[in-house]
Amino acid sequence: MTATRPNTPIANEGHFQSHYIPSTVDEQSEMLSALGIDNIDQLFADIPVEFRNPHLDLPAPLSELEIQQELGRMASKNRAMGSGPSFLGAGSYNHFIPSIIKSLITRGEFITAYTPYQAEASQGTLQVIYEFQTLICNLYGMEVANAGMYDGATSLAEAALMACRVTKREKVALADSISPAYIDVIRTYCQSQDIAVEIVDPSNPALGEETACLVLQYPNYFGYIEDLEALVDATHVQGALAVVSCDPTAMGMLQTPGHYGADIVTGDGQPLGIPVSYGGPYVGLFATKQEYIRQMPSRLSGRTIDKNGKTGYVLTLQTREQHIRRERATSNICTNEALYALASTIYMAAMGKQGMKQVAELCYHKSHYAAAQIASLPGYSLPIDKPFFQEFVVQCPSSPTDINKKLIDLNILGGLDVSEKIPDGMLLCVTEMNSKDDIDALVAALSELK
Amino acid sequence: MQQGGNRQTEKLMLERSVPGRVGVVLPDLDVPAQPLPDNALLRDDLALPELSEPELVQYFTGLSLKNFSIDTHFYPLGSCTMKYNPKINDEVAFSPGFASIHPMQPAEHSQGALELLHKLQGFLGEITGLPAVSLATLAGAHGELGGMLMIRAHHLANGDTTRTKVAIPDSAHGTNPASAAMAGFDVVELASDEQGNVDLNALRAVSGPDLAGVMITLPSTLGLFDTHIVEVCNIVHEAGGLVYGDGANMNALLGRVKLGDLGFDVAHLNLHKTFSTPHGGGGPGAGPVCCTNQLAPYLAAPIVSQNGDSYEFSTPAKSIGKLSGFHGNFGVLVRAYTYIRTLGDAGIKSISGNAVLSANYMMNALRGVYHLPFDRTCMHEAVFSADFQKERGSSGLEIAKRLLDYGFHAPTMYFPLIVHEALMIEPTESETKETIDAFIQALIDIDQEVTDDKDLVNNAPHTTPVARLDEAKAARQPDLRWQPEAAD
Repeated sequence: MTATRPNTPIANEGHFQSHYIPSTVDEQSEMLSALGIDNIDQLFADIPVEFRNPHLDLPAPLSELEIQQELGRMASKNRAMGSGPSFLGAGSYNHFIPSIIKSLITRGEFITAYTPYQAEASQGTLQVIYEFQTLICNLYGMEVANAGMYDGATSLAEAALMACRVTKREKVALADSISPAYIDVIRTYCQSQDIAVEIVDPSNPALGEETACLVLQYPNYFGYIEDLEALVDATHVQGALAVVSCDPTAMGMLQTPGHYGADIVTGDGQPLGIPVSYGGPYVGLFATKQEYIRQMPSRLSGRTIDKNGKTGYVLTLQTREQHIRRERATSNICTNEALYALASTIYMAAMGKQGMKQVAELCYHKSHYAAAQIASLPGYSLPIDKPFFQEFVVQCPSSPTDINKKLIDLNILGGLDVSEKIPDGMLLCVTEMNSKDDIDALVAALSELK
Repeated sequence: MQQGGNRQTEKLMLERSVPGRVGVVLPDLDVPAQPLPDNALLRDDLALPELSEPELVQYFTGLSLKNFSIDTHFYPLGSCTMKYNPKINDEVAFSPGFASIHPMQPAEHSQGALELLHKLQGFLGEITGLPAVSLATLAGAHGELGGMLMIRAHHLANGDTTRTKVAIPDSAHGTNPASAAMAGFDVVELASDEQGNVDLNALRAVSGPDLAGVMITLPSTLGLFDTHIVEVCNIVHEAGGLVYGDGANMNALLGRVKLGDLGFDVAHLNLHKTFSTPHGGGGPGAGPVCCTNQLAPYLAAPIVSQNGDSYEFSTPAKSIGKLSGFHGNFGVLVRAYTYIRTLGDAGIKSISGNAVLSANYMMNALRGVYHLPFDRTCMHEAVFSADFQKERGSSGLEIAKRLLDYGFHAPTMYFPLIVHEALMIEPTESETKETIDAFIQALIDIDQEVTDDKDLVNNAPHTTPVARLDEAKAARQPDLRWQPEAAD
């Protein structure tokens, strides 16, 4: 630790005039003299002197030109999905993003605003959240949706905790066909709350009177469409809640979880106009039935009127939340992912009634075309015979990881190796972003790899 | 500003919807159509809007104009560190080499991303003096949950099963007790003393074999550096507990002191406050967790390790597990990295110096006009009370709303809870002296208005898109989504 430098004016700390900090040395001196002091260090006198002004081992400042070059160098070492055919999904999906989304979400009025605590100064954000809640309800066939959670995994974990609050039970059953990452996150969230986590086979889920919920994914992690109707009914027979994590893209086509009576529906909003971005930021979707509204986590925007009778929006039912209820809140969540709730709202509106259906159908037909082509290759087969949406598992003639290494040499990003679950299984994802040429190139490459 | 015709924003999208309009044109199907699944699996209708692209751009632009934001207004919201958000950070985060990489793609094809994460771990460890870092937590409260689960795991690993209590000052942000409760602890509230520091006698009284730890915000939410902080850490450590640091207010401390040197064991940072990543109207944030080497084995997975010339994800030996779907809010982490590299060692220290100078300059100018319940040198923010104005008939809320008419966002109101009529003001280092002087003058003028024309203040705001809203109605009759039957 270097010695402290008492009585050193800030200008002599090796004054660095950053383009992000307007105050000049003269202005600093003016403010210091208003305070009757002559150096900045005096303002930090409450910090014990032996710990004050430690050595800070950080690199020197860079100009914007230099930072562009450094970040450009780093970015060039990453393979972007658009640089060649890509068939990786498994919870993060490569979909078309209309250009109006980036243009609108990077408007300073949206991106540099805070959480809308001052409603009169935040009507834009609050109305967007209300629109988001409306469209998510319609997408999932549910009665009420919140302003969003961190991501799909945490949304689902919070849904499991909420099911325990609603049922006053302390065991959650997870279908073994949900994402392994989701299982891990639910375990982390449950570990400290004495909630037991058990993994069940969705073809025959053993639920008991202590089970708070059955947690399903729709389509499941491997892309297949679970028999939601039967599973939701079986869950309700035990007095438990049906919790369903649902891919929003599939909702352009498939029957909704709400239709089957699901109690809590969550999802990752990433497919709705949000870049894959190495795993985040995304937005967690969270919807439920009206009767459970007071057990919901996270913010809600409600429509009301101002004192002149004009329509406006406010954050509401805040007595559920941490800043009012503190240790008795429904969740600790505060900052969520509002900017990406905005992105997904614009996406759902831009796609609209027709576009959402069209995207879902493009994904469906292209993935089924790809599956049929691959299944016709010697050594390759489809080990799961169930309806699927845009992802499916292929059984490969050798290790999927080895096959992927050869594919990437051809600039094709293959699917995820799921051989721990399905022998020599590769989980492939085909979306509207994959042209017939991409798919044919993958099939041609696989036919050479045995 | 008034907009006419379809650029008005009052009607919601489903009310504006016109059958047949489209917002996007997609390519035709280029493969043979495949057999569809059983019809019972397919939905009939999807109630989404039908609007063209120009209408969408006009609607959302119109909505944006109803917001206050840093780019359009001074936004001195205490505890939120509403500093300038550099545009280069957004540009880099949205570039294809970062925004279009898949979280599960092989490490050898993500080396640039992994290198950035590894270096950011190092920077944050150096700044906090807590060298082990996980970037996987997605917001401040999420980091708190991670940190408190680590404290729990540490005690359990030592066979220490009786440590069920966590002590939290009465000035703390609500997420602290909520996070401690989610991590399975019982919360004990700690009183503050008359200087705004933790009351050491109250702390000693709870420091026993059942104390798992304390959660301390430094500087506190009163904007004050706790002069007893080293003793606080010692008392807790002697009782066998650990000290958690809420880094929400790190903007005051950058380069001035390291939490690890003071005795903190684990802390989170709010990259969307201290490190300038945009708040986005309420997220995305990022809440990395930094800890001592002793607690490093418990960090949330994954962390990034360096192996020779290459980088890879790894899971700490006794990790509390995963707390998010992938590896953290990468786009936010890219922005924070860019910010720290741009400012560098000299710039990082310049942030805290200028932020604290501005806050003290403002506090000094308003002393006597507004009540200062803790009249000490402040850190990055000053907490006033509107008690003087309340005596003349205007509350803190009314003063805050009146500020909107002057073109300034309101301060944080009624927090911390221990200050009556609290107004918590944080100017940040990125505001000019001219802006701060204008804001000071506005608060002086409003104080005069309270005397001269109380109704003007108490009915504010007068210039915003809506006047004061009926929150009671919103809570009593929740209207949380648009439905066709509710339209008429």
